[in-house]
Amino acid sequence: MRNVTTIFQREILSYFYSPIAYVVISVFLIASGFFFAGNLQFWQEASLKGSLDSIQFFLLLLTPVITMKLFADESKSGTMETLMTSPVTDFDVVFGKFLAALSLYTVMILPTWIYVLFLSIFGNPDFGPIFSSYIGLILMGGLFVSIGLLVSSLTKNQVVAAVIGIVALIILWVVGFLSTYGDGWFYESLRYIGTYDHWSSFTKGIVDTRDVIYYLSFTALLLFITVRNVESRKWR
Amino acid sequence: MIKVKNLVKRYVNVNAVDNISFDVEENEIVGLLGPNGAGKTTTMRILTCFMPATAGSATVAGYDVFTDSLNVRQEIGYLPENVPLYLDMRAKEYLMFRAKLKNIPRRERRKKIEYCLEMTGITDVQNQIIGTLSKGYKQRVGLADTLVHDPKVLILDEPTIGLDPNQIRQIRGVIKGLGQKHTVLLSTHILPEVEMVCDRVMIINKGKIVAMDTPANLMRQLKTGSNLVLEIKGDGEKIKNSLSRVDTVQSVTYRKKDDANEFYINGNGEKDIREDVFNCIVKDNYILREMKRQTITLEEIFHQVTTKETEEETASA
Repeated sequence: MRNVTTIFQREILSYFYSPIAYVVISVFLIASGFFFAGNLQFWQEASLKGSLDSIQFFLLLLTPVITMKLFADESKSGTMETLMTSPVTDFDVVFGKFLAALSLYTVMILPTWIYVLFLSIFGNPDFGPIFSSYIGLILMGGLFVSIGLLVSSLTKNQVVAAVIGIVALIILWVVGFLSTYGDGWFYESLRYIGTYDHWSSFTKGIVDTRDVIYYLSFTALLLFITVRNVESRKWR
Repeated sequence: MIKVKNLVKRYVNVNAVDNISFDVEENEIVGLLGPNGAGKTTTMRILTCFMPATAGSATVAGYDVFTDSLNVRQEIGYLPENVPLYLDMRAKEYLMFRAKLKNIPRRERRKKIEYCLEMTGITDVQNQIIGTLSKGYKQRVGLADTLVHDPKVLILDEPTIGLDPNQIRQIRGVIKGLGQKHTVLLSTHILPEVEMVCDRVMIINKGKIVAMDTPANLMRQLKTGSNLVLEIKGDGEKIKNSLSRVDTVQSVTYRKKDDANEFYINGNGEKDIREDVFNCIVKDNYILREMKRQTITLEEIFHQVTTKETEEETASA
């Protein structure tokens, strides 16, 4: 666990040494501010539901940018070799990087609480759905980050990692919509796999254990695959 | 300290490392020498647990590389080729990160890092961002990293590549100093380096060990006594004829050099031919200005052992 902390600290530092953290956070805040204002004007109601749905789309685009460098950069610069020949397990490395990216993600969405502040000053928002939405956002962040992390471990090229990550997340999002086209086990499983359906119940103020388990288990599975993939240099 | 037995690493259809065995004793500096693609880096990567071997066994500091990987990694300091570093960190910060990764207790970290900075001579640049450092300094940061946890075994892949002659000298000095406290396995294709630094040399070619001994022994093994270089004044052609008549001389060549001739004489067999040659020259009243034995350098040994193999191969094919 100490190694996880060490890796985590380095990754966090490295985010703020490079422009990535600043660029991603600023882009996200500009976009989300714009959509918050737009939604507020349109619906005229003290809730975050509309804005968070639009914001979620930007998370699809920006999370892979956060995760793109995590493994791709290490493979490219060769630091993978120094890292993996120090006394750390593959899991330590993967989990440390995961936590670092998830923390940056959290730092990125935290300032949106200022919207909640506005709402409570000028209106009377229902805090239940707002809290549950943020729980959902964090859980969804874990899933998005673990997808980005896996993709990053598959390539040496950061741009490739970002693009494939974004495409993967968009597919994961859209797959849920496809489920409305039919019935039966196939469409039912599409609905389950798709992330939108699970997310939307959080915005309604429902913290359903089924959705929590969906996010946690999916994240764990992806982290497991990533660890295996990092290990795979040993048997390839 | 390092025991390697019948190690094989097989890629799709080549054996990068082909059944090699060797031992490295404690506090010994061993040079791994070989042309590009000989399997040096692969051997090192196996020893540092970066990749597993296809067959065979290897132990470092008593731990098995395959089953006891974490313990092995705790005992080695590895400097990969091209010295990968996190370019966005400051030198000292990087060493602090590495020290934490290598499980150095909090209290000792500062002291150990200070020691490494001093040992590798980078105290002055410790607060600079690694990306802004020159190649030589980066190399030293890498070297400091390998030392930071005071490992029993150091594995250095081409530690002096890309440095200027002065830096090479300094790094060599550092490595030589390390040999007193650590076991060092280093790879290189710069031959004088091996002669100067290493206690033992291992020449590998196409994944096989083709020679392993001390640099001095290696030179002795190859014929050295019977090649002479002479400078003689007089008519070159005539001298050549009379020298060729000496029994022990196999071949004579010469070229004009200033107002005299430079002769190259090969003797047949191991015997020292200097006296025969001298007598012949004196008998015919030529003026001998210089005679020296041609010493064979590690470079030639390297050339001989690495090309002999290929010649044999082409002959058999």
